[in-house]
Amino acid sequence: MSWLWGAVIFWLAAWAFNVWLANRPVARSRAVQLFIPALFGVTLLILWEGIVRGLDVPGVILPAPSAIWATIRASLPVLAGDFVQTILKGALSGYLIGCGAAVLTAIAIDRSPFLQRGLLPIGNFVAALPIVGIAPILVMWFGFDWQSKAAVVVVMVFFPVLVNTVAGLAASERMQRDLMATWGASYWQTLVKLRLPAAMPFIFNGLKIATTLALIGAIVAEFFGSPTRGMGFRISTAVGQLSLDMVWAEIAVAALAGSAFYGVVALIEKGVTFWHPSQRGRT
Amino acid sequence: MKDTAGIATPVIEAKGMGLTFETNDGPVHALKDVNLTVGKGEFVSFIGPSGCGKTTFLRAIAALEHPTEGTLTVNGMTPDAARQARAYGYVFQAAGLYPWRTIAGNIRLPLEIMGFSRDEQEERVERVLALVDLDGFGRKFPWQLSGGMQQRASIARALAFDADILLMDEPFGALDEIVRDRLNEEVLKLWARTEKTIGFVTHSIPEAVYLSTRIVVMSPRPGRITDVIESPLPKDRPLDIRDSPEFIAIAHRVREGLRAGHGDEV
Repeated sequence: MSWLWGAVIFWLAAWAFNVWLANRPVARSRAVQLFIPALFGVTLLILWEGIVRGLDVPGVILPAPSAIWATIRASLPVLAGDFVQTILKGALSGYLIGCGAAVLTAIAIDRSPFLQRGLLPIGNFVAALPIVGIAPILVMWFGFDWQSKAAVVVVMVFFPVLVNTVAGLAASERMQRDLMATWGASYWQTLVKLRLPAAMPFIFNGLKIATTLALIGAIVAEFFGSPTRGMGFRISTAVGQLSLDMVWAEIAVAALAGSAFYGVVALIEKGVTFWHPSQRGRT
Repeated sequence: MKDTAGIATPVIEAKGMGLTFETNDGPVHALKDVNLTVGKGEFVSFIGPSGCGKTTFLRAIAALEHPTEGTLTVNGMTPDAARQARAYGYVFQAAGLYPWRTIAGNIRLPLEIMGFSRDEQEERVERVLALVDLDGFGRKFPWQLSGGMQQRASIARALAFDADILLMDEPFGALDEIVRDRLNEEVLKLWARTEKTIGFVTHSIPEAVYLSTRIVVMSPRPGRITDVIESPLPKDRPLDIRDSPEFIAIAHRVREGLRAGHGDEV
Protein backbone atom coordinates (compact mmCIF):
# COMPACT_ATOMS: atom_id res chain seq x y z
CA MET A 1 0.00 0.00 0.00
CA SER A 2 2.95 2.35 0.54
CA TRP A 3 3.35 2.60 -3.26
CA LEU A 4 -0.18 3.88 -3.61
CA TRP A 5 0.12 6.46 -0.80
CA GLY A 6 3.52 7.56 -2.00
CA ALA A 7 2.16 8.17 -5.50
CA VAL A 8 -0.86 10.11 -4.25
CA ILE A 9 1.31 12.26 -1.97
CA PHE A 10 3.73 12.94 -4.85
CA TRP A 11 0.80 13.88 -7.06
CA LEU A 12 -0.59 16.35 -4.50
CA ALA A 13 2.85 17.81 -3.82
CA ALA A 14 3.62 18.24 -7.53
CA TRP A 15 0.20 19.79 -8.05
CA ALA A 16 0.75 22.31 -5.28
CA PHE A 17 4.26 23.05 -6.57
CA ASN A 18 2.95 23.68 -10.11
CA VAL A 19 0.23 26.01 -8.84
CA TRP A 20 2.78 27.90 -6.77
CA LEU A 21 5.22 28.07 -9.69
CA ALA A 22 2.58 29.20 -12.19
CA ASN A 23 1.71 32.19 -9.99
CA ARG A 24 5.30 33.37 -9.65
CA PRO A 25 6.81 36.04 -11.91
CA VAL A 26 9.32 33.40 -13.14
CA ALA A 27 6.38 31.63 -14.82
CA ARG A 28 6.95 33.90 -17.82
CA SER A 29 10.40 32.49 -18.54
CA ARG A 30 10.74 29.88 -21.26
CA ALA A 31 12.33 27.24 -19.01
CA VAL A 32 9.52 27.36 -16.46
CA GLN A 33 6.93 27.29 -19.22
CA LEU A 34 8.44 24.01 -20.39
CA PHE A 35 8.97 22.69 -16.86
CA ILE A 36 5.35 22.98 -15.74
CA PRO A 37 3.84 20.65 -18.38
CA ALA A 38 6.87 18.33 -18.05
CA LEU A 39 6.25 17.99 -14.31
CA PHE A 40 2.61 17.33 -15.04
CA GLY A 41 3.56 14.48 -17.39
CA VAL A 42 6.00 12.98 -14.89
CA THR A 43 3.33 13.18 -12.18
CA LEU A 44 0.90 11.25 -14.35
CA LEU A 45 3.47 8.50 -14.95
CA ILE A 46 4.33 8.20 -11.24
CA LEU A 47 0.67 8.14 -10.25
CA TRP A 48 0.11 5.40 -12.85
CA GLU A 49 3.09 3.42 -11.57
CA GLY A 50 1.97 3.76 -7.93
CA ILE A 51 -1.60 2.70 -8.60
CA VAL A 52 -0.56 -0.33 -10.67
CA ARG A 53 1.94 -1.49 -8.04
CA GLY A 54 -0.11 -0.53 -4.99
CA LEU A 55 -3.29 -2.24 -6.20
CA ASP A 56 -1.49 -5.14 -7.90
CA VAL A 57 -3.19 -4.50 -11.24
CA PRO A 58 -2.52 -7.48 -13.55
CA GLY A 59 -0.20 -6.69 -16.51
CA VAL A 60 -2.91 -7.76 -18.95
CA ILE A 61 -5.22 -5.00 -17.70
CA LEU A 62 -2.65 -2.24 -17.34
CA PRO A 63 1.14 -2.71 -17.25
CA ALA A 64 3.15 -0.23 -15.20
CA PRO A 65 5.16 2.44 -17.07
CA SER A 66 8.36 0.81 -15.81
CA ALA A 67 7.31 -2.52 -17.34
CA ILE A 68 6.50 -0.80 -20.65
CA TRP A 69 9.85 0.98 -20.56
CA ALA A 70 11.63 -2.33 -19.90
CA THR A 71 9.87 -3.87 -22.91
CA ILE A 72 10.81 -0.90 -25.08
CA ARG A 73 14.47 -1.23 -24.07
CA ALA A 74 14.51 -4.99 -24.53
CA SER A 75 12.93 -4.90 -28.00
CA LEU A 76 14.46 -1.79 -29.54
CA PRO A 77 15.48 -3.50 -32.83
CA VAL A 78 11.97 -4.91 -33.27
CA LEU A 79 10.35 -1.54 -32.56
CA ALA A 80 12.78 0.22 -34.90
CA GLY A 81 11.98 -2.26 -37.68
CA ASP A 82 8.26 -1.79 -37.14
CA PHE A 83 8.72 1.99 -37.14
CA VAL A 84 10.51 1.94 -40.49
CA GLN A 85 7.96 -0.43 -42.00
CA THR A 86 4.80 1.34 -40.82
CA ILE A 87 5.67 4.99 -40.30
CA LEU A 88 8.38 5.67 -42.85
CA LYS A 89 7.36 3.32 -45.66
CA GLY A 90 3.60 3.07 -45.18
CA ALA A 91 2.39 6.29 -43.58
CA LEU A 92 4.93 8.82 -44.88
CA SER A 93 4.94 7.75 -48.53
CA GLY A 94 1.16 7.49 -48.53
CA TYR A 95 0.94 10.92 -46.91
CA LEU A 96 3.18 12.55 -49.50
CA ILE A 97 1.41 10.90 -52.44
CA GLY A 98 -2.08 11.54 -51.05
CA CYS A 99 -1.51 15.18 -50.09
CA GLY A 100 0.32 15.95 -53.34
CA ALA A 101 -2.45 14.38 -55.41
CA ALA A 102 -5.09 16.25 -53.39
CA VAL A 103 -3.49 19.66 -53.99
CA LEU A 104 -3.09 18.97 -57.73
CA THR A 105 -6.68 17.74 -57.95
CA ALA A 106 -7.88 20.86 -56.13
CA ILE A 107 -6.15 23.03 -58.74
CA ALA A 108 -7.73 20.98 -61.54
CA ILE A 109 -11.13 21.35 -59.86
CA ASP A 110 -10.57 25.07 -59.53
CA ARG A 111 -9.71 25.34 -63.22
CA SER A 112 -12.72 23.47 -64.52
CA PRO A 113 -16.35 23.83 -63.38
CA PHE A 114 -17.01 20.40 -64.90
CA LEU A 115 -14.58 18.72 -62.50
CA GLN A 116 -15.93 20.88 -59.70
CA ARG A 117 -19.34 19.30 -60.12
CA GLY A 118 -17.97 15.79 -60.63
CA LEU A 119 -14.84 15.27 -58.53
CA LEU A 120 -15.84 16.73 -55.17
CA PRO A 121 -18.82 14.38 -54.75
CA ILE A 122 -16.64 11.41 -55.74
CA GLY A 123 -13.97 12.47 -53.24
CA ASN A 124 -16.66 12.79 -50.62
CA PHE A 125 -18.01 9.34 -51.52
CA VAL A 126 -14.58 7.69 -51.23
CA ALA A 127 -13.94 9.40 -47.90
CA ALA A 128 -17.21 8.03 -46.57
CA LEU A 129 -16.21 4.41 -47.29
CA PRO A 130 -15.30 2.54 -44.07
CA ILE A 131 -11.58 1.88 -43.77
CA VAL A 132 -12.11 -1.69 -42.56
CA GLY A 133 -13.81 -2.33 -45.90
CA ILE A 134 -11.25 -0.60 -48.10
CA ALA A 135 -8.13 -1.91 -46.39
CA PRO A 136 -8.58 -5.64 -47.22
CA ILE A 137 -9.45 -4.76 -50.83
CA LEU A 138 -6.34 -2.60 -51.22
CA VAL A 139 -4.22 -5.36 -49.61
CA MET A 140 -5.53 -7.73 -52.30
CA TRP A 141 -4.71 -5.21 -55.02
CA PHE A 142 -1.29 -3.99 -53.90
CA GLY A 143 0.09 -6.97 -51.96
CA PHE A 144 1.02 -7.54 -48.32
CA ASP A 145 3.97 -5.15 -48.15
CA TRP A 146 3.96 -1.40 -47.41
CA GLN A 147 2.55 -0.43 -50.81
CA SER A 148 -0.98 -1.46 -49.83
CA LYS A 149 -0.64 0.47 -46.55
CA ALA A 150 0.46 3.55 -48.45
CA ALA A 151 -2.59 3.11 -50.67
CA VAL A 152 -4.90 3.05 -47.63
CA VAL A 153 -3.21 6.19 -46.33
CA VAL A 154 -3.68 7.90 -49.71
CA VAL A 155 -7.41 7.18 -49.57
CA MET A 156 -7.63 8.50 -46.01
CA VAL A 157 -5.69 11.75 -46.38
CA PHE A 158 -6.90 12.69 -49.86
CA PHE A 159 -10.30 14.11 -49.03
CA PRO A 160 -9.54 16.39 -46.07
CA VAL A 161 -6.62 17.94 -47.94
CA LEU A 162 -8.71 18.28 -51.13
CA VAL A 163 -11.61 20.02 -49.40
CA ASN A 164 -9.34 22.38 -47.51
CA THR A 165 -7.33 23.28 -50.62
CA VAL A 166 -10.46 23.94 -52.68
CA ALA A 167 -11.75 26.21 -49.91
CA GLY A 168 -8.34 27.88 -49.67
CA LEU A 169 -8.17 28.64 -53.39
CA ALA A 170 -11.44 30.55 -53.02
CA ALA A 171 -10.09 32.51 -50.05
CA SER A 172 -8.38 35.39 -51.84
CA GLU A 173 -10.34 38.64 -51.78
CA ARG A 174 -12.15 39.94 -54.84
CA MET A 175 -10.15 43.15 -54.70
CA GLN A 176 -6.86 41.26 -54.71
CA ARG A 177 -7.98 39.30 -57.78
CA ASP A 178 -9.13 42.55 -59.44
CA LEU A 179 -5.67 43.98 -58.82
CA MET A 180 -4.10 41.00 -60.56
CA ALA A 181 -6.50 41.57 -63.46
CA THR A 182 -5.56 45.25 -63.78
CA TRP A 183 -1.92 44.19 -64.16
CA GLY A 184 -2.87 41.78 -66.93
CA ALA A 185 -1.74 38.73 -64.91
CA SER A 186 -2.35 35.28 -66.42
CA TYR A 187 -4.22 32.49 -64.65
CA TRP A 188 -0.99 30.81 -63.54
CA GLN A 189 0.59 34.05 -62.35
CA THR A 190 -2.50 34.76 -60.28
CA LEU A 191 -2.43 31.21 -58.93
CA VAL A 192 1.22 31.23 -57.92
CA LYS A 193 1.51 34.80 -56.67
CA LEU A 194 -1.87 35.28 -55.04
CA ARG A 195 -4.18 32.32 -54.67
CA LEU A 196 -1.80 29.61 -53.48
CA PRO A 197 -0.18 31.84 -50.83
CA ALA A 198 -3.65 32.94 -49.70
CA ALA A 199 -4.71 29.28 -49.54
CA MET A 200 -1.78 28.16 -47.36
CA PRO A 201 -3.53 28.50 -43.96
CA PHE A 202 -6.31 26.26 -45.30
CA ILE A 203 -3.95 23.76 -46.92
CA PHE A 204 -1.99 23.39 -43.70
CA ASN A 205 -5.18 22.75 -41.77
CA GLY A 206 -5.79 19.80 -44.08
CA LEU A 207 -2.17 18.67 -43.83
CA LYS A 208 -2.29 18.66 -40.02
CA ILE A 209 -5.51 16.66 -39.90
CA ALA A 210 -3.96 14.25 -42.41
CA THR A 211 -0.90 13.49 -40.21
CA THR A 212 -2.95 11.62 -37.61
CA LEU A 213 -5.15 10.00 -40.25
CA ALA A 214 -2.02 8.71 -42.01
CA LEU A 215 -0.77 6.95 -38.86
CA ILE A 216 -4.16 5.43 -38.10
CA GLY A 217 -4.53 4.24 -41.70
CA ALA A 218 -1.08 2.69 -41.89
CA ILE A 219 -1.44 0.83 -38.57
CA VAL A 220 -5.00 -0.38 -39.05
CA ALA A 221 -4.31 -1.55 -42.62
CA GLU A 222 -1.73 -4.02 -41.27
CA PHE A 223 -4.50 -5.87 -39.44
CA PHE A 224 -5.66 -7.15 -42.83
CA GLY A 225 -2.42 -8.75 -43.95
CA SER A 226 1.21 -7.71 -43.75
CA PRO A 227 4.72 -9.18 -43.71
CA THR A 228 5.89 -10.28 -40.23
CA ARG A 229 6.82 -6.75 -39.20
CA GLY A 230 5.01 -3.45 -38.77
CA MET A 231 3.31 -1.76 -35.84
CA GLY A 232 -0.19 -2.95 -36.67
CA PHE A 233 1.01 -6.52 -37.20
CA ARG A 234 2.91 -6.45 -33.89
CA ILE A 235 -0.09 -5.09 -31.98
CA SER A 236 -2.48 -7.72 -33.35
CA THR A 237 -0.11 -10.64 -32.65
CA ALA A 238 0.90 -9.31 -29.21
CA VAL A 239 -2.77 -9.05 -28.22
CA GLY A 240 -3.12 -12.71 -29.26
CA GLN A 241 -0.23 -13.66 -26.97
CA LEU A 242 -1.59 -11.50 -24.10
CA SER A 243 1.73 -9.60 -24.01
CA LEU A 244 0.07 -6.27 -23.44
CA ASP A 245 3.36 -4.63 -22.49
CA MET A 246 4.37 -4.98 -26.16
CA VAL A 247 1.08 -3.41 -27.28
CA TRP A 248 1.74 -0.48 -24.95
CA ALA A 249 5.29 -0.17 -26.21
CA GLU A 250 4.01 0.12 -29.80
CA ILE A 251 1.40 2.63 -28.67
CA ALA A 252 4.15 4.70 -27.05
CA VAL A 253 6.16 4.66 -30.28
CA ALA A 254 3.07 5.56 -32.34
CA ALA A 255 2.19 8.41 -29.98
CA LEU A 256 5.72 9.81 -30.11
CA ALA A 257 5.93 9.45 -33.90
CA GLY A 258 2.49 10.99 -34.37
CA SER A 259 3.29 13.98 -32.16
CA ALA A 260 6.62 14.51 -33.90
CA PHE A 261 4.97 14.24 -37.33
CA TYR A 262 2.30 16.78 -36.37
CA GLY A 263 4.92 19.01 -34.77
CA VAL A 264 7.06 19.10 -37.91
CA VAL A 265 4.06 20.01 -40.09
CA ALA A 266 2.97 22.69 -37.59
CA LEU A 267 6.51 24.09 -37.58
CA ILE A 268 6.57 24.31 -41.38
CA GLU A 269 3.17 25.95 -41.24
CA LYS A 270 4.48 28.56 -38.86
CA GLY A 271 7.24 29.40 -41.30
CA VAL A 272 4.99 29.53 -44.37
CA THR A 273 1.97 31.36 -42.91
CA PHE A 274 3.83 33.70 -40.54
CA TRP A 275 1.73 36.54 -41.99
CA HIS A 276 -1.64 35.09 -41.03
CA PRO A 277 -3.38 36.67 -38.01
CA SER A 278 -3.54 33.25 -36.31
CA GLN A 279 0.28 33.02 -36.37
CA ARG A 280 1.24 36.68 -35.93
CA GLY A 281 0.49 36.87 -32.23
CA ARG A 282 2.82 33.99 -31.35
CA THR A 283 6.44 34.97 -31.63
CA MET B 1 -21.15 68.87 -72.28
CA LYS B 2 -18.28 71.01 -71.17
CA ASP B 3 -15.43 69.19 -72.81
CA THR B 4 -14.82 71.54 -75.70
CA ALA B 5 -11.61 73.35 -76.50
CA GLY B 6 -8.32 73.12 -74.68
CA ILE B 7 -8.12 69.35 -74.33
CA ALA B 8 -4.89 68.02 -75.74
CA THR B 9 -5.12 64.32 -76.53
CA PRO B 10 -8.19 62.47 -75.35
CA VAL B 11 -7.14 59.63 -73.08
CA ILE B 12 -10.52 58.35 -71.98
CA GLU B 13 -13.51 58.72 -74.28
CA ALA B 14 -17.04 57.54 -73.48
CA LYS B 15 -19.79 58.00 -76.08
CA GLY B 16 -23.37 57.11 -75.23
CA MET B 17 -22.00 54.54 -72.85
CA GLY B 18 -24.39 52.46 -70.77
CA LEU B 19 -23.91 49.50 -68.46
CA THR B 20 -26.64 47.19 -67.26
CA PHE B 21 -26.13 44.43 -64.71
CA GLU B 22 -28.37 41.40 -65.05
CA THR B 23 -29.38 40.36 -61.53
CA ASN B 24 -31.90 37.94 -60.13
CA ASP B 25 -34.24 40.87 -59.49
CA GLY B 26 -34.07 41.96 -63.13
CA PRO B 27 -31.72 44.37 -64.93
CA VAL B 28 -30.04 47.17 -62.96
CA HIS B 29 -29.06 50.24 -64.99
CA ALA B 30 -25.75 51.16 -63.40
CA LEU B 31 -24.87 53.71 -66.07
CA LYS B 32 -26.90 55.32 -68.82
CA ASP B 33 -25.89 57.55 -71.74
CA VAL B 34 -22.52 58.65 -70.37
CA ASN B 35 -20.60 61.07 -72.63
CA LEU B 36 -17.24 62.20 -71.33
CA THR B 37 -13.80 62.94 -72.71
CA VAL B 38 -10.81 63.09 -70.39
CA GLY B 39 -7.68 64.73 -71.79
CA LYS B 40 -4.08 63.92 -71.03
CA GLY B 41 -2.83 65.24 -67.72
CA GLU B 42 -6.27 66.07 -66.35
CA PHE B 43 -7.33 65.37 -62.77
CA VAL B 44 -10.99 64.37 -62.99
CA SER B 45 -13.08 63.61 -59.91
CA PHE B 46 -16.32 61.65 -59.99
CA ILE B 47 -18.69 62.55 -57.21
CA GLY B 48 -22.20 61.46 -56.37
CA PRO B 49 -24.28 59.48 -53.89
CA SER B 50 -23.83 55.73 -53.65
CA GLY B 51 -25.45 53.88 -56.53
CA CYS B 52 -24.69 56.66 -59.04
CA GLY B 53 -22.29 54.43 -60.96
CA LYS B 54 -19.07 56.38 -60.29
CA THR B 55 -17.18 53.27 -59.21
CA THR B 56 -18.73 51.26 -62.04
CA PHE B 57 -17.50 53.86 -64.55
CA LEU B 58 -13.97 53.68 -63.13
CA ARG B 59 -14.09 49.87 -63.21
CA ALA B 60 -15.29 50.01 -66.82
CA ILE B 61 -12.29 52.16 -67.75
CA ALA B 62 -10.13 49.48 -66.07
CA ALA B 63 -11.92 46.74 -68.03
CA LEU B 64 -13.12 45.18 -64.77
CA GLU B 65 -16.69 45.76 -66.03
CA HIS B 66 -17.83 45.89 -69.64
CA PRO B 67 -20.21 48.49 -71.15
CA THR B 68 -23.41 47.05 -72.59
CA GLU B 69 -24.17 50.09 -74.79
CA GLY B 70 -22.21 52.80 -76.57
CA THR B 71 -18.44 52.93 -76.74
CA LEU B 72 -15.60 53.46 -74.30
CA THR B 73 -11.99 53.85 -75.42
CA VAL B 74 -8.79 54.27 -73.43
CA ASN B 75 -5.83 55.69 -75.36
CA GLY B 76 -7.85 54.99 -78.51
CA MET B 77 -8.06 51.27 -77.68
CA THR B 78 -10.71 49.13 -76.04
CA PRO B 79 -10.31 49.05 -72.24
CA ASP B 80 -9.29 45.39 -72.49
CA ALA B 81 -6.49 46.15 -74.93
CA ALA B 82 -5.46 49.12 -72.77
CA ARG B 83 -5.28 46.84 -69.74
CA GLN B 84 -3.08 44.38 -71.60
CA ALA B 85 -0.92 47.36 -72.63
CA ARG B 86 -0.67 48.26 -68.92
CA ALA B 87 -2.17 51.69 -69.51
CA TYR B 88 -3.28 52.35 -65.95
CA GLY B 89 -2.64 51.76 -62.27
CA TYR B 90 -5.63 51.20 -60.01
CA VAL B 91 -5.91 52.14 -56.34
CA PHE B 92 -8.82 50.62 -54.44
CA GLN B 93 -10.56 51.88 -51.32
CA ALA B 94 -8.63 49.41 -49.18
CA ALA B 95 -4.89 49.07 -49.67
CA GLY B 96 -5.17 45.39 -50.62
CA LEU B 97 -1.52 44.65 -49.90
CA TYR B 98 -0.58 40.98 -49.73
CA PRO B 99 0.27 40.20 -46.09
CA TRP B 100 2.88 37.56 -47.01
CA ARG B 101 4.95 40.10 -48.92
CA THR B 102 6.95 43.01 -47.54
CA ILE B 103 6.07 46.53 -48.65
CA ALA B 104 8.86 46.37 -51.24
CA GLY B 105 7.67 42.89 -52.26
CA ASN B 106 4.15 44.21 -52.79
CA ILE B 107 5.34 47.07 -54.95
CA ARG B 108 7.54 44.64 -56.87
CA LEU B 109 4.60 42.30 -57.58
CA PRO B 110 3.18 44.07 -60.67
CA LEU B 111 6.76 44.47 -61.95
CA GLU B 112 7.35 40.71 -61.60
CA ILE B 113 4.12 39.99 -63.45
CA MET B 114 5.02 42.41 -66.23
CA GLY B 115 8.47 40.89 -66.58
CA PHE B 116 10.75 43.76 -65.60
CA SER B 117 14.39 42.79 -65.03
CA ARG B 118 15.53 42.30 -61.45
CA ASP B 119 17.71 45.42 -61.40
CA GLU B 120 14.95 47.52 -62.87
CA GLN B 121 12.52 46.16 -60.26
CA GLU B 122 14.81 47.21 -57.40
CA GLU B 123 15.41 50.64 -58.86
CA ARG B 124 11.71 51.31 -59.45
CA VAL B 125 10.71 50.11 -55.99
CA GLU B 126 13.22 52.49 -54.42
CA ARG B 127 12.02 55.36 -56.59
CA VAL B 128 8.29 55.02 -55.87
CA LEU B 129 8.90 54.39 -52.15
CA ALA B 130 10.66 57.76 -52.07
CA LEU B 131 7.84 59.31 -54.12
CA VAL B 132 5.22 58.42 -51.48
CA ASP B 133 7.56 59.23 -48.60
CA LEU B 134 8.03 55.66 -47.40
CA ASP B 135 11.81 55.31 -47.77
CA GLY B 136 13.18 52.78 -45.32
CA PHE B 137 9.87 50.97 -44.91
CA GLY B 138 10.44 48.53 -47.76
CA ARG B 139 11.31 45.63 -45.48
CA LYS B 140 8.27 46.02 -43.20
CA PHE B 141 5.20 43.88 -43.61
CA PRO B 142 1.87 45.61 -44.38
CA TRP B 143 0.36 44.67 -41.03
CA GLN B 144 3.20 46.49 -39.28
CA LEU B 145 2.17 49.84 -40.82
CA SER B 146 -0.70 52.25 -40.14
CA GLY B 147 -3.69 52.48 -42.48
CA GLY B 148 -2.44 55.71 -44.06
CA MET B 149 1.01 54.23 -44.74
CA GLN B 150 -0.57 51.11 -46.23
CA GLN B 151 -2.63 53.27 -48.59
CA ARG B 152 0.51 55.20 -49.59
CA ALA B 153 2.21 51.88 -50.32
CA SER B 154 -0.71 50.87 -52.52
CA ILE B 155 -0.37 54.15 -54.43
CA ALA B 156 3.35 53.44 -54.83
CA ARG B 157 2.44 50.02 -56.20
CA ALA B 158 0.10 51.62 -58.77
CA LEU B 159 2.85 54.05 -59.77
CA ALA B 160 5.66 51.49 -60.00
CA PHE B 161 5.13 50.47 -63.61
CA ASP B 162 4.68 54.02 -64.84
CA ALA B 163 1.23 53.79 -66.39
CA ASP B 164 -0.05 57.07 -67.88
CA ILE B 165 -3.39 56.82 -66.13
CA LEU B 166 -4.00 56.51 -62.40
CA LEU B 167 -7.48 55.38 -61.38
CA MET B 168 -8.34 55.88 -57.70
CA ASP B 169 -11.55 54.58 -56.19
CA GLU B 170 -12.20 56.39 -52.90
CA PRO B 171 -8.61 55.73 -51.90
CA PHE B 172 -8.84 57.72 -48.66
CA GLY B 173 -12.44 56.90 -47.78
CA ALA B 174 -11.48 54.74 -44.82
CA LEU B 175 -8.94 57.17 -43.33
CA ASP B 176 -9.43 59.92 -40.78
CA GLU B 177 -9.65 63.59 -41.75
CA ILE B 178 -6.09 64.55 -40.78
CA VAL B 179 -4.40 61.72 -42.63
CA ARG B 180 -6.73 62.38 -45.53
CA ASP B 181 -5.68 66.04 -45.79
CA ARG B 182 -2.01 65.07 -45.85
CA LEU B 183 -2.52 62.40 -48.48
CA ASN B 184 -4.61 64.78 -50.60
CA GLU B 185 -1.71 67.24 -50.60
CA GLU B 186 0.68 64.46 -51.50
CA VAL B 187 -1.49 63.26 -54.36
CA LEU B 188 -1.51 66.78 -55.79
CA LYS B 189 2.29 66.97 -55.57
CA LEU B 190 2.57 63.57 -57.15
CA TRP B 191 0.28 64.62 -59.96
CA ALA B 192 2.31 67.79 -60.55
CA ARG B 193 5.56 65.81 -60.64
CA THR B 194 4.43 62.88 -62.78
CA GLU B 195 1.88 64.64 -65.05
CA LYS B 196 -0.35 61.59 -65.08
CA THR B 197 -4.01 61.55 -65.98
CA ILE B 198 -5.96 60.84 -62.81
CA GLY B 199 -9.51 59.59 -62.40
CA PHE B 200 -10.62 59.92 -58.79
CA VAL B 201 -13.85 58.64 -57.24
CA THR B 202 -14.97 60.28 -54.00
CA HIS B 203 -18.07 61.18 -52.05
CA SER B 204 -16.45 64.15 -50.35
CA ILE B 205 -17.18 67.55 -51.91
CA PRO B 206 -14.12 69.35 -50.42
CA GLU B 207 -11.85 66.51 -51.57
CA ALA B 208 -13.23 66.66 -55.12
CA VAL B 209 -12.94 70.45 -55.35
CA TYR B 210 -9.49 70.55 -53.78
CA LEU B 211 -7.96 67.96 -56.08
CA SER B 212 -9.59 68.25 -59.47
CA THR B 213 -9.24 70.21 -62.65
CA ARG B 214 -12.71 68.94 -63.53
CA ILE B 215 -15.50 67.60 -61.34
CA VAL B 216 -18.04 65.19 -62.79
CA VAL B 217 -21.27 65.20 -60.77
CA MET B 218 -23.33 62.03 -61.08
CA SER B 219 -26.74 60.91 -59.87
CA PRO B 220 -28.34 57.51 -59.38
CA ARG B 221 -31.21 55.47 -60.85
CA PRO B 222 -30.02 55.23 -63.56
CA GLY B 223 -26.41 56.29 -63.00
CA ARG B 224 -25.71 59.30 -65.21
CA ILE B 225 -23.69 62.52 -65.45
CA THR B 226 -25.67 65.57 -64.37
CA ASP B 227 -22.96 68.26 -64.41
CA VAL B 228 -19.32 68.70 -65.38
CA ILE B 229 -17.57 71.58 -63.60
CA GLU B 230 -14.27 73.10 -64.78
CA SER B 231 -12.22 74.26 -61.83
CA PRO B 232 -10.74 77.78 -62.11
CA LEU B 233 -8.35 77.06 -59.22
CA PRO B 234 -4.62 77.33 -60.01
CA LYS B 235 -2.55 74.18 -60.31
CA ASP B 236 -0.60 75.01 -57.19
CA ARG B 237 -2.98 74.56 -54.28
CA PRO B 238 -2.05 75.01 -50.63
CA LEU B 239 -4.48 73.45 -48.13
CA ASP B 240 -5.89 76.85 -47.11
CA ILE B 241 -7.16 77.47 -50.63
CA ARG B 242 -10.21 75.71 -49.25
CA ASP B 243 -11.19 78.93 -47.46
CA SER B 244 -11.06 81.08 -50.62
CA PRO B 245 -14.28 82.39 -52.21
CA GLU B 246 -13.52 80.57 -55.50
CA PHE B 247 -13.26 77.25 -53.69
CA ILE B 248 -16.50 77.85 -51.81
CA ALA B 249 -18.27 78.85 -55.02
CA ILE B 250 -17.30 75.63 -56.77
CA ALA B 251 -18.19 73.54 -53.72
CA HIS B 252 -21.57 75.26 -53.72
CA ARG B 253 -22.13 74.44 -57.37
CA VAL B 254 -21.20 70.80 -56.79
CA ARG B 255 -23.66 70.63 -53.91
CA GLU B 256 -26.39 72.17 -56.07
CA GLY B 257 -25.62 69.64 -58.79
CA LEU B 258 -25.86 66.75 -56.34
CA ARG B 259 -29.16 68.07 -55.00
CA ALA B 260 -30.64 68.60 -58.48
CA GLY B 261 -29.65 65.08 -59.48
CA HIS B 262 -31.47 63.75 -56.48
CA GLY B 263 -34.72 65.45 -57.51
CA ASP B 264 -37.12 65.86 -54.63
CA GLU B 265 -35.60 63.09 -52.58
CA VAL B 266 -33.39 65.34 -50.46
